[in-house]
Amino acid sequence: MRALRKLFSFNGGVKPAPHKAASIAEPIAIAPLPERLMVPLWQSTGAAALPLVQAGDRVLKGQRIGAADGGLSVAVHAPSSGTVLEIGPQPMAHPSGLLAPAIVLATDGEERWTELEPVNVGGTPPDALRDILRDAGIVGLGGAVFPSHQKLRPGAHGTRTLIINGAECEPFITCDDMLMRERAAGVLRGAMLMKHILQAREILIGIEDNKPEALAAMRAAAGSEAEVVAVPTRYPAGGAKQLIRVLTGIEVPHGRRSTDYGVQCFNVGTAFAIHQALDHGQPLISRLVTVAGNVARPRNYEVLIGTAMREVVALAGPRPDTNRYIMGGPMMGLPMPGFDVPVVKATNAILAGSPTLFPPAPPEQPCIRCGDCARACPADLQPLELYWFSRARNFGKAQEYHLFDCIECGCCAYVCPAHIPLVDYYRYAKSEVWAREREKEAADAARQRFEFRNFRQEREDSEKAAKLAARNAAAAAAARAAADSPAPSATAAEPAEPAAEGQKKALIAAALARAQAQQAAAPPRNTDDLSAETQAEIAAIEARRQEPATTANIAGGDATGTSATPTAMPAAADKKKALIAAALARAQAQQAAAPPRNTDKLSAETQAEIAAIEARRQQAARLPPEPAPEPPREPPLEPPK
Amino acid sequence: MLSALLVMTGIALAIGAALGYAAVRFRVEGDPLVEKIDAILPQTQCGQCGYPGCKPYAQAIAGGEAEINQCPPGGEEGIRKLADLLGREVKPLSEEHGVEKPKAVAVIDEQTCIGCTLCIQACPVDAIVGAAKQMHTVVEKLCTGCELCVAPCPVDCISMVTQAETVQTWKWRYPVVPLRVEGKRAA
Ligand code: SF4
Ligand code: SF4
Ligand code: SF4
Ligand code: SF4
Repeated sequence: MRALRKLFSFNGGVKPAPHKAASIAEPIAIAPLPERLMVPLWQSTGAAALPLVQAGDRVLKGQRIGAADGGLSVAVHAPSSGTVLEIGPQPMAHPSGLLAPAIVLATDGEERWTELEPVNVGGTPPDALRDILRDAGIVGLGGAVFPSHQKLRPGAHGTRTLIINGAECEPFITCDDMLMRERAAGVLRGAMLMKHILQAREILIGIEDNKPEALAAMRAAAGSEAEVVAVPTRYPAGGAKQLIRVLTGIEVPHGRRSTDYGVQCFNVGTAFAIHQALDHGQPLISRLVTVAGNVARPRNYEVLIGTAMREVVALAGPRPDTNRYIMGGPMMGLPMPGFDVPVVKATNAILAGSPTLFPPAPPEQPCIRCGDCARACPADLQPLELYWFSRARNFGKAQEYHLFDCIECGCCAYVCPAHIPLVDYYRYAKSEVWAREREKEAADAARQRFEFRNFRQEREDSEKAAKLAARNAAAAAAARAAADSPAPSATAAEPAEPAAEGQKKALIAAALARAQAQQAAAPPRNTDDLSAETQAEIAAIEARRQEPATTANIAGGDATGTSATPTAMPAAADKKKALIAAALARAQAQQAAAPPRNTDKLSAETQAEIAAIEARRQQAARLPPEPAPEPPREPPLEPPK
Repeated sequence: MLSALLVMTGIALAIGAALGYAAVRFRVEGDPLVEKIDAILPQTQCGQCGYPGCKPYAQAIAGGEAEINQCPPGGEEGIRKLADLLGREVKPLSEEHGVEKPKAVAVIDEQTCIGCTLCIQACPVDAIVGAAKQMHTVVEKLCTGCELCVAPCPVDCISMVTQAETVQTWKWRYPVVPLRVEGKRAA
């Protein structure tokens, strides 16, 4: 089987000294439980988790203490049982040296687990499995910490090949190697689970040929389920695009993703974590970390997330001249701002540095355009052009040269005879571009909101102007009306009334007439077949209904009557009064007519109580009219303007 | 000789006709310069440029009424981009219009706010929520930091808070070349 597969090759790459032998001499050790754990809420690409606990809460090992916030985010968990000390800004494993929100736990040493529920993978739909993985905090453990549930979606044309990345090409780092040697079955199981979720057809496990033990262990575990392929040792064979190219020959072009070609790639550590999450219900609370560099006994440790790096390095015996830590390897690693930053999900290795082991880079000299960097670049870029444009802050041009295809592998800087920290320039350029994109988004949103506000203001202004004009016109008309018909003897003289008032009245009258006609005309629809009893009931209801209507009518009639009586009052005020009177009359009539509804079957006691309440209510209702009641703001039958 | 001349003339005419036709047929709608300028302006809508918002300023630049160095929020980079776009000279930010400041957002002291709605009316991007006699709050994400709400507040409860860098918004610094003093070789 081994001989069957034709391997391909990627361009460029370098062969740095591996420095791996020292840390694989001894098996994985479990790091002791620290007293304090700092669990950052932001440990994956995407949004930070939202805290689910408060200071003072007791938590169990494996309990979810931060929930995923949106699709591109994963949960975080308590790595051990204990008490939440605080939630607040803490040192972060990030080159910026800025503080980031973290949940600080004081461990109680009991290591009491929360209830773990293994998942029935066969009987759970893929979407639910993805949610479970999100809530188990599973991210890519190769260092990119991209939420795995997002990667476990079959591409548009399905996913044919699942690649498990055990290449581990970066010098010094051996955690994947040790994982495959010691926990091969779990890795394979995780790969099978992913194959199931992705509905992939084959699993390829790529391992650099400098790890014969891991290759043997994985082959033994894989049997016929997966193909374990030894790939030539050359940095960066473990880059996703590079490994895909070596194993399948597929070259993922600029702007496309490997899923478009039916290939998806995961790290071996991620596979193991998925196995633990689904088969044991155990969330991601620890990971393997290689401690190497300026230490006496380099080794791999299983470390709880949130353990201070200083405590982990202490296990390996750091030499006294250790002056800094690097998270990751010497090629791609990130300088840490201090010793007390926590181990996070991205921490595959901690390298202790000293002035002699990793001396500061020699001073940068001008680029001589030798082209070595371009020959070394595994992403087929032109690092020197990228460098010129980044250095000149010409980010648009840098992007034209595919700045974002750079995987920051460091091959170019490794070979550069001028010692130019090329990757630093690319990182600088990338973060500037991101910042500009954020600014641009904000500016676009602000522009939209500004334009909408202007539009809204114009609309409001014009509406206000229209209203004002209408009101002025009405006032003018009323004034004219008052001037035109000062005669107190105007006996509801319709022709003498101004047009607007007349129209209003006519509308009211028409509406009332319509309502009455409707009531009168409404024939008993489907009440013929009913029993005499029900019919009687209906009749009673009908009667009740008409009662308020007629009282209102009477009131309405009264109102017209008052307006008809000779008064000196201007028509508008007159009408208002009439309306108020009508409303009051209606309300009273309703109250009076309201019959006892479902109180007949109640005990005498309750009935008495109800009567008392009714009495109180009526009193209250009768009281307010004494002082002049506020006129209803919106007359019920205001004609449209 | 003559035939060569004729051929050349013929080709010239044919190509000329083709080009002329293409110019009519595939005419590109006149570039909306105002839009391009507006796309460069930061949309803070603060009015420091002397116009009631970025769009009016863009119109003024396009119309040749305004200089390109009147927008403090856009800063040096904005001026440079405008100069590139318009083919004008880069010049320093005009001092009478203000100085470039780091981005800040308005924060309302919720204890002091009396709910007068004056700031709501001042905010050009509707970034303040609240109602009459209710406490008001700035939606941080929407605030452009224009400071227009600060002055109208009758109880002075709005302050501008510079936005701190977070791990997510942190930017890698421009690589600095470590200067090594090597006494002997320096000479
Ligand atoms: S390797 Fe260094 S010196 Fe050579 S072209 Fe690339 S950046 Fe320039
Ligand atoms: S760091 Fe980027 S540019 Fe340099 S070799 Fe790697 S991929 Fe190419
Ligand atoms: S000064 Fe303010 S309003 Fe004027 S263009 Fe700049 S951001 Fe826009
Ligand atoms: S809240 Fe204040 S500072 Fe922010 S955009 Fe609105 S007016 Fe400007």
